[in-house]
Amino acid sequence: MAHQSLVYLEVRGGAVKRSSLEALGEASRQKAALGGEVVGILLGSSSTTLAHGLAGADRCICVPDPRLDRFSLEAAATATAEAARSSGATTIWFSATVQGRDLAGAVAARLGAAYAADCVEIRAEGGAVIAKRPIFGGRALVTVKAKGNPLVVSLRPNVFAPLVASPAAVGTSNLAPTFASGDFAAVVTHLASAAGGAKDVAEAEVVVSGGRGLGGPEGFKPLEELAQVLGGAVGASRAVVDLGWRPHADQVGQTGKVVSPKLYIACGISGAIQHLAGMRTSQVIVAINKDAEAPIFKVATYGIVGDVGVIVPALTAALKTAIAARR
Amino acid sequence: MNVVACLARVPDTASRIKPGSDGKSPDLEGAQFVVNPYDEFALEEAVKLREAKGSSLLAIHVGPVDFQKELRNALAKGADKAIQLSTTGPLGPAGISKLLAEQIRPLLPATVFLGKQSVDGDVGATGAFLGNELGLPVVSKISTLKIEGDRFSATREVEGGVETIEGALPCIFTAEKGLNEPRRAGLNQIMAAKKKPLTVETKSAPPPLLDVLALELPKDRPAGRMLGEGVGAVAALVTALQNEAKVL
Repeated sequence: MAHQSLVYLEVRGGAVKRSSLEALGEASRQKAALGGEVVGILLGSSSTTLAHGLAGADRCICVPDPRLDRFSLEAAATATAEAARSSGATTIWFSATVQGRDLAGAVAARLGAAYAADCVEIRAEGGAVIAKRPIFGGRALVTVKAKGNPLVVSLRPNVFAPLVASPAAVGTSNLAPTFASGDFAAVVTHLASAAGGAKDVAEAEVVVSGGRGLGGPEGFKPLEELAQVLGGAVGASRAVVDLGWRPHADQVGQTGKVVSPKLYIACGISGAIQHLAGMRTSQVIVAINKDAEAPIFKVATYGIVGDVGVIVPALTAALKTAIAARR
Repeated sequence: MNVVACLARVPDTASRIKPGSDGKSPDLEGAQFVVNPYDEFALEEAVKLREAKGSSLLAIHVGPVDFQKELRNALAKGADKAIQLSTTGPLGPAGISKLLAEQIRPLLPATVFLGKQSVDGDVGATGAFLGNELGLPVVSKISTLKIEGDRFSATREVEGGVETIEGALPCIFTAEKGLNEPRRAGLNQIMAAKKKPLTVETKSAPPPLLDVLALELPKDRPAGRMLGEGVGAVAALVTALQNEAKVL
């Protein structure tokens, strides 16, 4: 059977998400080895308009049903599974966002397909897709292959390069799926953006994280100032989330978020195995801790031993000066 | 409305993983096994719904290793009955959800709670597969849940915001950490749980649809550099970030 890719393009705020363009990019790069077409799928009344600016897909299936403007997992899964069947897709690609992971599982279930979640590496071998994915919260990785067709994959955001191509007209076709009676039983009715446009730790390019070494919730104030200077987000260890100093949304590590920013600054974090698993793929790691033997220093690119309460404000001041000097 | 909670068995998140002799499966020798942390929140939410309006709460575990102590604890916390579906061979979300669905189908309409993912495989698709088996909507990763009559309103964290999802019961919910504060069973409840029904049935699950080719540990990071102690080291750090790592 010839290979065929279907890529789910998640829409947020009237545009296709960057992470979906990463999935489109990877599907397009693998096309050289796998052959076949790369077909995009877009849901909702804006789908036809969005498809016109979409480079990289060979063509796009649009489901312009306005009922899909509010996300319903079951309806989106019905539509995407039908598109997969009608296009003869052998690999169905998603970004491993909250919505993408949900939908990937639901589509795999409907197609009776194998599902490789949150992949960090994809290669083609003998016409088949081989995927590498973290397990045990990143403490190990497995390489997997589907026993048959089709295969559903979701790709970890910020790992794969998005497709860079100038926008060009893409051929579209409309699909009117047959929805089941229960497909709209649960729908997303509201999206509240994070207060003050605060960045999500999982998406920020710089993360300044704090642990128990900060002594209390008020110890995070200097970290927030440092994060602000760097345009980053504030993260937290599990210990301080469990103590109620920070919300769970900020937790980095297993049972929290996996992050891989350009710069990760760990302040007063000793480096429990669960925390290290969640941030070890960061490009540069800075550790500041009063205990020179703390395990965090084993993964750090740069380490400073000392009192976080004194060093962080000094670092913030020095960075302000350095950044101002470049302007 | 019946209520169901599904509980998985996982190695503690602090355990060290090494590749087994086949190079494909983890060597978990010496690891402590616990109830999947997210499933603890699922169970608590199920008990709350059972207390508010449920007719009966069933706790289910699918897996090969004896889980009766954990199921007995779920009975002490408020489940009415418990069952372990004892399996042989590897399990994937498709196989697990088929076995779960067999048990839940006769209980419909039923609202089902699971953790958002198990902390060993980290797939997070059992809820979606179960929803497909049972024809129920799935709302995943919930951090709050309000139920009024047969309507619900749930919220969950998504990238850069919080989503509200509304719908009608019955439904499948998967729990995020922090959904509630899981209770501890008291002595009286532990005693009472000894009399509640707990069964173990042997089942065979369809095999996983993925072949594992290899298991490896993440690569070590290149050795880092200690820049010194105290405020005096800050200047060196700024220089390194600017000129060496070039991340500013």
